[in-house]
Amino acid sequence: MVDLATRIGRLALASPVMPASGTFGAELAEVFDLNRLGALVTKSVTPEPRRGNPTPRVAETGQGLLNSIGIPGKGLAAWLAYDLPVWRRFSAPLIVSLSAPTATAFAEAARALTVPGVAAIEANISCPNLEEDGRAFAADPGPAAAAIAAMVAATHLPIWAKLSPNTGDVAAVARACEAAGAEALVVANTILGLAIDLDTLAPALGAGMGGYSGPGFKPIALRLVWQCAQAVRLPIIGCGGITTGADAVEFLAAGATAVQVGTATFVQPEAMLRVTEGIADFCSKRGYARVADLTGIALPNYPRLAAE
Amino acid sequence: MDGAFPVAAHLGQVLASEPVGARYHRLLIDAPALSAAVVPGQFCHLLCPGLYLRRPMSVWRAGPGQPLGFLFRIAGPGTAALAGLRAGDVLDAMGPVGRPFSLDPSWQRILVLARGVGLATLSLLALRAAASGIAVTAILSARDPADLMQAEFTGGAAMDLRTVFDSDGSSAVPAVEALLAQDIARARPDAVFTCGSDRLLRLLQTIAARENIPGEAAIEQRMGCALGLCFSCVRRIATADGPRDLRVCREGPVFDLQGVEAW
Repeated sequence: MVDLATRIGRLALASPVMPASGTFGAELAEVFDLNRLGALVTKSVTPEPRRGNPTPRVAETGQGLLNSIGIPGKGLAAWLAYDLPVWRRFSAPLIVSLSAPTATAFAEAARALTVPGVAAIEANISCPNLEEDGRAFAADPGPAAAAIAAMVAATHLPIWAKLSPNTGDVAAVARACEAAGAEALVVANTILGLAIDLDTLAPALGAGMGGYSGPGFKPIALRLVWQCAQAVRLPIIGCGGITTGADAVEFLAAGATAVQVGTATFVQPEAMLRVTEGIADFCSKRGYARVADLTGIALPNYPRLAAE
Repeated sequence: MDGAFPVAAHLGQVLASEPVGARYHRLLIDAPALSAAVVPGQFCHLLCPGLYLRRPMSVWRAGPGQPLGFLFRIAGPGTAALAGLRAGDVLDAMGPVGRPFSLDPSWQRILVLARGVGLATLSLLALRAAASGIAVTAILSARDPADLMQAEFTGGAAMDLRTVFDSDGSSAVPAVEALLAQDIARARPDAVFTCGSDRLLRLLQTIAARENIPGEAAIEQRMGCALGLCFSCVRRIATADGPRDLRVCREGPVFDLQGVEAW
């Protein structure tokens, strides 16, 4: 029996497999028992209600999905009143993805989310920063660190920083988030892309550009994990195109401690269970007693000095 | 079906894959558990060979002991790939998903107004109504008689059928309006249903509001997950709490007739 338990900072997880924000909801409990997941990760919650972007919001392109949903939602107060009670019915730790327009708004929202039932906050710092002319927080080390530091000062909950591939130096952003007090990194969000509808010769998405995810994005996400794992001692949650246990094992070997599965759920709703089983099969076939033993094996400086 | 987990990806063998007329195609699938579970108006999310994302497809035929049937227009790579399936191939169909049509057993008569491939969506509702003793008035609109899938719609059940065509002008909105007024005066339905045309949706909204008849419409939107997770497939819907962007896969694809805003 392979030991699937893992640890992300202060948080003990029964499994290294969890959903990626934006591709998951309590509705998936109609397909399988969500308590088989290592953690539950919400869609991004925003301080104020948001309508989201014009449709079409998704397009198939290459081996993957282009999306620009625009973080629609009812806002933080309504989320606490109506959505949190639904999530409390499950026993797996609840990670709330949080998006906000300023560092101060991130901090205030993090404080408001410091309630029983929330295990950690995943800071979606890939969203536009209104104080930097709409440039994403995660594009540069300074704004990323400012947002993380503001949240760390506002709550005792672990802050996970979700990094963006849309930056010139992901290692610098990773180090800045570590220095600002992040407890883990989620690597990575979607990469900006474009698709043109050949009937209309206009962008296929209502919003124009979108975030690309799915199998075609996997090698890029894997490279980002590998770079971040060499730059910081924080635990890393790998995310990007993971469809099978084999994909997940690649991320673990590249330095991840856990993985998130996103777009694959749209293709096979039980994908997260298949990934979990695939990791366990790999470990038992190759003689690894614990999934944690895989973390960082492929790194040039292995054994990696992991965070305490 | 496992009661605790009503939605699953079912692997079903293709029993038949045949063209219908020049533009349509039908698939019959051996997927007993899924076929027994589907309620009219619900849909399945289908894996299309060679393509990455699933495609939503309304269910044309379903029921205990019956093959699961889809009837669709070949409109793009997804439907072309589905039409390329052959008997003996396996189709991965996830479902059933979506909010179904309302069908009150105490009703005496329903009226359905269908255009093009909207026939497929409304056919299962009409068949279930007819089977439970509810009379069906069906107004079917198509480009021309060759494009009308009348036999595919009725499935042999007795219905009061009206057919209108672009080719002879009978499908023009004023003509359909006159036909609807006549039919409602002659045999007033307890509820009306529509799918397949924005023009006909708006016409039916006007008439149903005037006549104070409840109704529902099934609508389409490009989808990602079909499980309510991704919020890709929203449409603006008027609700008691004001206009809301609702998920076609979750709060729909069947909505209250008067709630659907024209697009």
